[in-house]
Amino acid sequence: MSASAPPSVDLQGRASRDTLGWLDKLRRDAPWWVYPVTVVVALGLFSLYAAWTSIIAHPSSYGPYLSPFYSPQIWVTGPVSPAIWVVWAPLIFRASCYYYRKSYHRAFFWDPPACARPEVRKGKYSGETRFPFVLSNLHRFTMYITTVVLAFLWYDVARALIYNGHWYLGLGTGIMLVNVILLTGYTSGCHSLRHLVGGGLDCYSCSAYRRARKKTWNVMTWFNLRHSVWAWASMISVVAVDVYIRLLMSGLPDPHILLG
Amino acid sequence: MSDNAGGEVVATSEGPGHEHGQEEVQLNIFRGLPGEEGQQVSYTVPFVTGMVVLDAVHHVQRNIDTDLACRWNCKAAKCGSCSAEINGKPALMCKTRVEDLPEGPISVAPMRSFPLVKDLVTDVSRNYEINASIPQFTPADDPSEGPWRIQQEDIERVYEFRKCIECFLCQDVCHINRDHGLSAQYFGPRFFVRVASLEMHPKDVLDRREQTRAEGGIGFCNVTKCCTDVCPEHIHITDNAIIPMKERINDVHWDPLRALGRTFRRSSDGSVSTS
Ligand code: SF4
Ligand code: SF4
Ligand code: FES
Ligand code: FES
Repeated sequence: MSASAPPSVDLQGRASRDTLGWLDKLRRDAPWWVYPVTVVVALGLFSLYAAWTSIIAHPSSYGPYLSPFYSPQIWVTGPVSPAIWVVWAPLIFRASCYYYRKSYHRAFFWDPPACARPEVRKGKYSGETRFPFVLSNLHRFTMYITTVVLAFLWYDVARALIYNGHWYLGLGTGIMLVNVILLTGYTSGCHSLRHLVGGGLDCYSCSAYRRARKKTWNVMTWFNLRHSVWAWASMISVVAVDVYIRLLMSGLPDPHILLG
Repeated sequence: MSDNAGGEVVATSEGPGHEHGQEEVQLNIFRGLPGEEGQQVSYTVPFVTGMVVLDAVHHVQRNIDTDLACRWNCKAAKCGSCSAEINGKPALMCKTRVEDLPEGPISVAPMRSFPLVKDLVTDVSRNYEINASIPQFTPADDPSEGPWRIQQEDIERVYEFRKCIECFLCQDVCHINRDHGLSAQYFGPRFFVRVASLEMHPKDVLDRREQTRAEGGIGFCNVTKCCTDVCPEHIHITDNAIIPMKERINDVHWDPLRALGRTFRRSSDGSVSTS
């Protein structure tokens, strides 16, 4: 069609093709299979790495640093990897996250592979009404636990800052801090948490406490709108911390400053 | 149609308003009646800067095939009548600019999830049945309250849902209707939006959660967000209506702490609370 039309804005104020950002254009014009393939590769690699680091490999900690896959340390002397006791909750939290649900239902189960594309799978569809996907509703349950785990990850960063009686500012501390910020951003956009904080209320003006909950809900809505970005960024950062600690364990020096 | 003798049919017209001289638009429009196989008929119409697909369809209707059936009303993306599938994607014909589409012929077909009436017109009456089954807005019966004063902060969430123009594009794209044919057991995204607008209303006193779960089949939705992608009003259907409704239902069925609280309350005073 003609590209000679001037840049324009449609009736809802949304920019038409001429004024779209490059990322929007890319998203809009990319072939339908790009999204599912990217998700399959990224989630597949993450799952393999998570399984390897928490079940097969040695516990990941070095000096003041502790890998998020191993925190908090619940039972470190037992016969199985200490990660087993903790990592299941954040992993189920992610697997049942509404954003990841969208991603893997589309990418792994092709249900649907992309919007308005015919499905390949035949047979009875039950969605999230029956096993196994009815278990997605465990999200609320794992959200409670993961919020506690997140508090421990903040504690790990604080603890890493003070090492052998000194202030220890290492590259690892920075990576752990970025990770815990990204995880907090991810959790702050969680639909279940957003519901508990204020989404489940109908009347906000009924009390000062409810008003405060509405204000918090507004902030969480900001995070919620960008939940997918926080989800991917925090998934990468969790792996980055673990990889970095494993590199230190294999002899890489940790650039750092000691104070006090 | 200028030629109806089987296979693909081609029709052309030179019309007024063709500013660029060199430009034409090729449309492949579905033509057919229920029970027939139907066919894609090719039409060539003049390109006009800023034209929308509905303009092109109207050109065909006025100048080439006057029996082409299409439903429309406002041509301003406000009545929700002109829903169709443009290049396979559910969209409003009056809101889809021709120059926004990729080069090449534009296919225009009726919505796939609803029974065909003729050509681009479908029978969307199932949606009205679902709508009628949802209990309407019900405030507390309290005449002493006088005129309502509703605070902005209490109602602003619901404004988004009130933008719905009932185009049913979301119902059309949803794979539960489209591919799994479960529309008899499923309200669908448009009606989860309606339920959410009622449930979140500060003055409404009914509880529609169990109906939405059991009769409305909200559990079928696997939050894949195609409804949100096609909504011409940019309503965050999944994030602001469906997921919050799922969460409200989970308060009753899937919240360990609330279940504990309920058990505790039941054992202390014998009453049961659902929220
Ligand atoms: S998010 Fe749910 S309602 Fe919307 S299209 Fe997907 S399955 Fe249908
Ligand atoms: S929610 Fe959006 S897509 Fe669905 S009927 Fe309303 S306006 Fe149309
Ligand atoms: S919805 Fe994504 S973390 Fe809860
Ligand atoms: S004609 Fe009214 S929405 Fe398109």
